[in-house]
Amino acid sequence: MYPEDLRYTREHEWARLEDGRVRVGITQFAAERLSDVVFVELPAPGSTITHLETFGVVESVKAVSDLYAPVSGKVVEVNPALTERPELVNQDPYGAGWMLLVEPTDPAEFAGLLSAEAYRALIGQETG
Amino acid sequence: MAEGDFPLLIERSAPGRVGAAVPASDVPDVPLEDILPAAVLRRAGPPLPEVSEPDLVRHYTQLSQRNYGVDVGFYPLGSCTMKYNPKINEDAARLEGFARLHPYAPDAQAQGALRLLHDLERMLAEVAGMDAVTFQPAAGAHGELTALLMIRAYFAERREARTHVVVPDSAHGTNPASAAMCGYKVLHVPSDARGNIDVDALRRVADERVAALMLTNPNTLGLFEERITEVEEIVHGIGAQLYLDGANFNAVLGITRPGDQGFDVMHMNLHKTFSTPHGGGGPGAGPVAVKAHLAPYLPVPVVVREGDAFRWDYDRPRSIGKIRSFYGNFGVLVRAYTYLRTFGPLLRQVAEAAVLNANYLLALLRDTFDLPFDRRCMHEFVLAGTRQKREYGVSTRDMAKRLLDYGYHAPTIYFPLIVDEALMIEPTETESRETIEEFARALLAVAEECRTDPDLVRAAPHRTVVSRLDEVSAARRLDLRWPQADPPG
Amino acid sequence: MTRQTAPQVTTAWTPHKYLPLTPDDRAHMLRRLGVAAVEDLFADIPQSVRLLRELNLPSVPSDADLLRELRELSRQNGDADRLTCFLGAGAYDHFIPSVVWHLAGRAEFYTAYTPYQAEIMQGELQAAYEYQSMLCALTGMEVANASMYDGASATAEAAVMARDLTRRDQVLLSTALHPEYRQVVRTYTRHLDLEIAEVAHRGGVTAVETVRAALSEHTAAVIVQHPTFFGGLEDIAQLAQAAHAAGALLVVAVADPVAYGLLRPPGALGADIVAGEGQPLGNPLNFGGPYLGMLATRQAFVRRMPGRLVGRTVDTRGRRGFVLTLQTREQHIRRERATSNICTNEALNALAAGVYMAALGRVGLRQVAEVCVRKAHYARSRLEAIPGFRVAFPGATFHEFVLRCPRPPEEINARLAAAGVLGGLALGRFYPELRDGWLLCVTENRTRVEIDRLADLLGEMA
Repeated sequence: MYPEDLRYTREHEWARLEDGRVRVGITQFAAERLSDVVFVELPAPGSTITHLETFGVVESVKAVSDLYAPVSGKVVEVNPALTERPELVNQDPYGAGWMLLVEPTDPAEFAGLLSAEAYRALIGQETG
Repeated sequence: MAEGDFPLLIERSAPGRVGAAVPASDVPDVPLEDILPAAVLRRAGPPLPEVSEPDLVRHYTQLSQRNYGVDVGFYPLGSCTMKYNPKINEDAARLEGFARLHPYAPDAQAQGALRLLHDLERMLAEVAGMDAVTFQPAAGAHGELTALLMIRAYFAERREARTHVVVPDSAHGTNPASAAMCGYKVLHVPSDARGNIDVDALRRVADERVAALMLTNPNTLGLFEERITEVEEIVHGIGAQLYLDGANFNAVLGITRPGDQGFDVMHMNLHKTFSTPHGGGGPGAGPVAVKAHLAPYLPVPVVVREGDAFRWDYDRPRSIGKIRSFYGNFGVLVRAYTYLRTFGPLLRQVAEAAVLNANYLLALLRDTFDLPFDRRCMHEFVLAGTRQKREYGVSTRDMAKRLLDYGYHAPTIYFPLIVDEALMIEPTETESRETIEEFARALLAVAEECRTDPDLVRAAPHRTVVSRLDEVSAARRLDLRWPQADPPG
Repeated sequence: MTRQTAPQVTTAWTPHKYLPLTPDDRAHMLRRLGVAAVEDLFADIPQSVRLLRELNLPSVPSDADLLRELRELSRQNGDADRLTCFLGAGAYDHFIPSVVWHLAGRAEFYTAYTPYQAEIMQGELQAAYEYQSMLCALTGMEVANASMYDGASATAEAAVMARDLTRRDQVLLSTALHPEYRQVVRTYTRHLDLEIAEVAHRGGVTAVETVRAALSEHTAAVIVQHPTFFGGLEDIAQLAQAAHAAGALLVVAVADPVAYGLLRPPGALGADIVAGEGQPLGNPLNFGGPYLGMLATRQAFVRRMPGRLVGRTVDTRGRRGFVLTLQTREQHIRRERATSNICTNEALNALAAGVYMAALGRVGLRQVAEVCVRKAHYARSRLEAIPGFRVAFPGATFHEFVLRCPRPPEEINARLAAAGVLGGLALGRFYPELRDGWLLCVTENRTRVEIDRLADLLGEMA
């Protein structure tokens, strides 16, 4: 399930524009491939992230995956619930499993991300 | 602790119990405060359990009965070479003159140990086709790191800036991890349709920024690298070093020698090929054997012979230094020495029997499981549980867990990463034909159960002291020690 | 060693006690494979690399002869049974209760592999969890791993861990840290963009002001040893404060953790990482190995800690069980991004250390440490009274101390060996300014008679 109102990266992150800020998480495809998430390592609020560079790590029992920033900017908020309940990433990847809220520095970056249709095509390629 | 839980030591503990006698002090009684300042002393003893000796013995004896060693049963873990651990090796290692020897004993007081190390070096160099051996690495991965550090030193002296190490995609995880620890970037090369390293792909990445190719041969698919001579030419053609991960050395002892294949350096796993016990995870030993051009970089000290005497030589200005304290896992080396003395030139029978056993077991299983690379295998082979996954929804993990119910340790699963639902099986040479056939029957029975009763397999194991354990919650809510009531000290 | 140059590639089969296959078995198996000879199974190996001769190895003795040879080799060593051992310096002759190796030597433990199939390896896994717990109790730290190779490499890994945690590129090493530990730290970090700087000891311990002066915003960690290589006592609390004030971590190395049976442990004093050698806990001297690397740290740092970790969990029926956990940090999954390359560790030595700690227990381990202190103190006072010998460093020591000698310590050692005594470490090999320095160790295993005899022998040499 890949909501139309989100945009996506090739590395399976999603981004949602909310009043000029960008909320970030990982897609259902990524969450399913990882299977049960046990830990999420995120940057501290106030730190800077850079478009397409890693900003953290998501860990399951069988893998550790890097997280790639959909946009550059300053981290305004980090989801506090994920410390106690990393499983939210699997249960509700686009809602309660969100990871970061970012104050973006370059609006062109968000526009340059994949649409839902393009993302579906991408993962169709990966699974097909 | 809940009903049915096996007690922890701390749950068997009661104040006032002692499990060992402590010698009384026979020197004049001086108040402790006159010797040490009160501020450095603990207020009370460390919060360790207090158990009597009989309870301690029961605890660990019962724990041992909840454990599976190769002395208990067949252990077909691919890539681990779980062969029989000979008992004469244990007797040798326990000799007081070895076990109670201090590492800083002066050379004159360590002649027996030094001679043993010298002779072991000669024997391993002969088997490997190499010129010199260091025993300092405590494990295979430690040996990999040592070898890469030596390679780096070699190129530094030649003022060649080589920044990359090439690794096949089938490589064991320690290979790229060791390269990274040495400051190298890793280039991956895929395997071809026959399971060999893709020589064309290797040629494409082979240039002067490459310091080394790390190869396992036979590789992690259990297959001999057929194009090894071409690989050697490519690697040496660009002036790089050819490294052998010797984890699978058991297949070729006395048949072919890595030095003769063109390898410049290799590590060996004494706890695999040379019968020393795995100890539940260690200790092992990962000696590194080198050709003469790399010998100056060996860790310090090395054993030298002068007439009929032996000594440690610390005068090694080009050495990479030390990668652990003292000289290595000497107790493990004594066991390997004894093993080699027990075989001598008959060592090649080990390889012959290992390869024969593996091929025979493969023949018994190949019709029931997918076989990603249909070639003559060496000492191990890789099957895939993809058929069972596709047709019955049962994973290789499930089948492995069900094998536990049949009284076996499961083979290696999900390695190498290039095979989906991989099942890697290595019987070793110390198994009888009957054991091989019984195991085949058990694995075939599990495959049949995938068809007739997949739920049973998916919920396995059923007959072990605990059923399938929840690894997810272990990682989510970390509990890595029993609760401690007292403050630290 | 006899050398044969037979040109054939397959030899006849000689029965061997470790090889169950009979000629009948082989014949049957080859028939099943449709192959004429075992040699055909090696067809993938190019002829050009085939070994066309027998291995040049000594011919096989009988078991009795082999043991005779090995016994003879072992008798050529001045081990701690034949010579009275006053040598420490990173390997310690403590008494090992008989239970330790009767239990650790059980075949179900020592012939087992790494416990990846947890359901049939609850024995090793629980023993490792208990060891981790007891190590935390001993060091005062919150979490400990299931073993590294030895104290030196554990210290090196701690340095790398500190770099990763602080993202800084310098480590300060006290020269009161074991010289071989320092060497190994340098080797491990040579290519990791980590600067190693040394802080000179004063009087056998690390002066806090010296450390403060050396700390900067580049410092990832300060590494000291407590008790020091010279047996002295560091001011861990002050060192921790100084390091933390500069945003650095304090790593405390320990070569004889028996000391923490009596001394306040680093965890109680602000240490961030403890790296140590577990050989003194129930493991024989073994000419330097196998030993036992220990690593313990704060809960918050656990994901950066290399090595295996055992965690508690439940099975499908809610029963308590143990598994390897956080494996995704390790090499077999994370590969080049792993916290370390370590795979095989020193699990059996950790199990033995667990038995040792449990056997001595809360009261016994403190007593052993206390007896060590008393005996060392007695030896120190007897020896410094001998003309020509004086204690090198003024401070209090645990069970090792340095004497300055009237003649070269190497010479003293040679004469002592002839009298059946293994003398202390001549320090000139590591510390040029201590050419007359002699590092002696007295554990609970030394008797008063032995100490008095040492004093008598030295008195004759003065």
